[in-house]
Amino acid sequence: MCLAVPGKIISIEGTDPIFRCGKVNFGGIIKQINLAYVPEAKIEDYVLVHVGFAISLIDEAEAQQVFDYLKQMGELAELEETK
Amino acid sequence: MDSDLKTGGFVCPIPIEQYPNVLLAHGGGGKLTHQLIEKMFIPTFGNSMLGSRHDGAVFDISSQKLAFTTDSYVVHPLFFPGGDIGTLAINGTVNDLAMCGARPLYLSAGFIIEEGLPMETLWRVVQSMGVAAKEANIQLVTGDTKVVDRGKGDGVFINTAGIGVVESRYPISPASVKPGDAILLSGDIGRHGIAIMAVREGLEFESTIMSDCAALSGIVLSLLSNGVEVHCLRDLTRGGLASALVEISEAACVHLEIEETAIPLLEDVRGACEILGFDPLYVANEGRFVSFVPAHEADRTLKLMRNHPLGNQASIIGTVRNGKRGLVTMRSRIGATRIVDMLSGEQLPRIC
Amino acid sequence: MKFIDEYRDAKAVQRYAQALKRITQKSWTIMEVCGGQTHSIVKFGIDELLPESVTLVHGPGCPVCVTPVELIEKAIEVASIPNVIFCSFGDMLRVPGISRDLLTVKAAGGDVRIVYSPLDALKLAIDNPQREVVFFAVGFETTAPANAMAVFQAEQQGARNFSLLVSHVLVPPAMEAILSSPENRVQGFLAAGHVCAIMGYTEYEPIARKYRVPIVVTGFEPLDIMQGIYMCIRQLENGRAEVENQYSRSVKREGNLAAQKLIRDVFCVVPRKWRGVGEIPQSGLGLREKYARFDAETRFGIADHTADEPAECMSGLILQGIKKPHECPAFGLRCTPEHPLGATMVSSEGACAAYYQYRRRTSETD
Repeated sequence: MCLAVPGKIISIEGTDPIFRCGKVNFGGIIKQINLAYVPEAKIEDYVLVHVGFAISLIDEAEAQQVFDYLKQMGELAELEETK
Repeated sequence: MDSDLKTGGFVCPIPIEQYPNVLLAHGGGGKLTHQLIEKMFIPTFGNSMLGSRHDGAVFDISSQKLAFTTDSYVVHPLFFPGGDIGTLAINGTVNDLAMCGARPLYLSAGFIIEEGLPMETLWRVVQSMGVAAKEANIQLVTGDTKVVDRGKGDGVFINTAGIGVVESRYPISPASVKPGDAILLSGDIGRHGIAIMAVREGLEFESTIMSDCAALSGIVLSLLSNGVEVHCLRDLTRGGLASALVEISEAACVHLEIEETAIPLLEDVRGACEILGFDPLYVANEGRFVSFVPAHEADRTLKLMRNHPLGNQASIIGTVRNGKRGLVTMRSRIGATRIVDMLSGEQLPRIC
Repeated sequence: MKFIDEYRDAKAVQRYAQALKRITQKSWTIMEVCGGQTHSIVKFGIDELLPESVTLVHGPGCPVCVTPVELIEKAIEVASIPNVIFCSFGDMLRVPGISRDLLTVKAAGGDVRIVYSPLDALKLAIDNPQREVVFFAVGFETTAPANAMAVFQAEQQGARNFSLLVSHVLVPPAMEAILSSPENRVQGFLAAGHVCAIMGYTEYEPIARKYRVPIVVTGFEPLDIMQGIYMCIRQLENGRAEVENQYSRSVKREGNLAAQKLIRDVFCVVPRKWRGVGEIPQSGLGLREKYARFDAETRFGIADHTADEPAECMSGLILQGIKKPHECPAFGLRCTPEHPLGATMVSSEGACAAYYQYRRRTSETD
């Protein structure tokens, strides 16, 4: 349920939506992955892969929010300390 | 010599048209066994002891401490990226001798071959052993061959036993490990296990990862010849770095503290571990070892190791502390500590 | 590795830990419902970084752990049939049935194989038309799209020798079962990020409202978990009970519509028994009538099994977060990974196994 790993799409084959698959690179390891569930994914995109299927397209902008949140918290904490 | 044979050659010396597969008769002790010995084994390992064609090998060794070890090799598949059962059979036993602080000298090899194994396959394995023996500077001086019925073996099983002369001045064993000792790792972990996974049916993936299978005697002897006071050595095999450390901590009754960030790991080995759900600490290696040396020797040992091609990624990964009983802890990369224990079985790929 | 390493940054994790200490005023009990999160927490030692007053409990988030004994027995029965190639994820091989597991079947000569993906099992079926290939389809919603696709492609390619032994479970009904129990102590949830990547999180909104619990969709890396816990505590301290999304880089509110469509096409919701918990209505997936020929239970005429758990095993209470592994009298003594009494000790994601491997001797580090 849980083990899904981000990887980068390096090639895509097939036009049939169900059988569409591609080579995904995980830090140097390349595996053939089914892309039927990420029809909008393109080469160079990062996808989350679980048991041979891409289940989600990773949103690079949202990926930053963990760090923006931290920054905001830090600024808030500093504000409180100066009160 | 037969015209089939080429020195150091790539042509299988057994006439393939006649014997494309190993037969039960090849293990029978008669003509065919003879042919195997004369045409395949003796020319490959070429030395006078094997050449005397006697039951055992007899040789002089000065009155020093000897190290003696044996191991059996049953790996499947027989051939994998970076090696095969033959390279493992030589290097595995050479490494066990090296871990005793010994210079490996002589090995024996017992083959248990499954009827029907292609002769070409046997030849490839034996060739690999010849190359590994040369690189490890050992001589294969005696051996045995048996053939079992089809279905009763897995291609080929190999047992090797080895003898070496101990060159370490200090007793190398877990008992010599002391609180304060530094723990050094000779290089990055996990290559062998992942190289095998990559070719296992049902789990294949494209990778350029090669097994790290190698003879460690050279690098170990360089530490000894430079007078390093080595307390303990252990090569990492099945069960990985974690198992080696847990075994030593329990035998020595000490607490080993290691740092996750100090453990070298190749990016693609990591990628493979991530997708299979493996913890690299438990993935098999065949050409890496840990050493325990007094704290004041740590930097010098590290330098010596890094000077050797097999140790260029060597790292100081931790320290030995006092302990009531065997314990291994690791500080994770986020700064919290966890206990490292043995796994009860083989690590299996997971989805959860 | 991108999208992994950044979320394991020690400094950032420490800053979240400090922020948590700042905002936590009262005691809170939070449940994470995903084996992968349990694994991450124990492996990285995240629980060490939390304020003392925050208790993390591990829920029934491991589909391996919650697969009923009866189904393991069915799997063993199918795997023992000659001519069957029984394919499974690695996790399932050591889960104990009544007296054996799938590895025992393999040792006795059964053709039991580990595969990475259900499509690998389908490929085996196509390459071996004279054999029967059965795939053990265990999992939460995360794995359902993959299993659905295997069935769909099997149909498209006319594979007549491929079937699934289905044991799919759904998270929201399990959460409701826990929350509606009179012994419930859980005040907030970390929802399973990858389950939500598929299903979205609209199903959790009525649960949050009905039971007044904050639910934060959370990822799996240390930073994700720290931020998820922070967001949950912040809600609790402020008396809010909403669904929030920490894992927004991979999860959208509506989830993955293409995946949901195929799941609906192939599967329907059925009641399912959860090991250690009992039957929860509408909590599982089964194959639809039109795909019935791909159901291994029908194909091989597998009878229903009944089985009782070993009396001493309290995995049910552990899965509901009511007890912790070290509170079980058998933990580490009569129940170990080598001799597990229940699935929570066998599966590496099970709370008991995770505790055993990483914490067993905490007292000895003092």
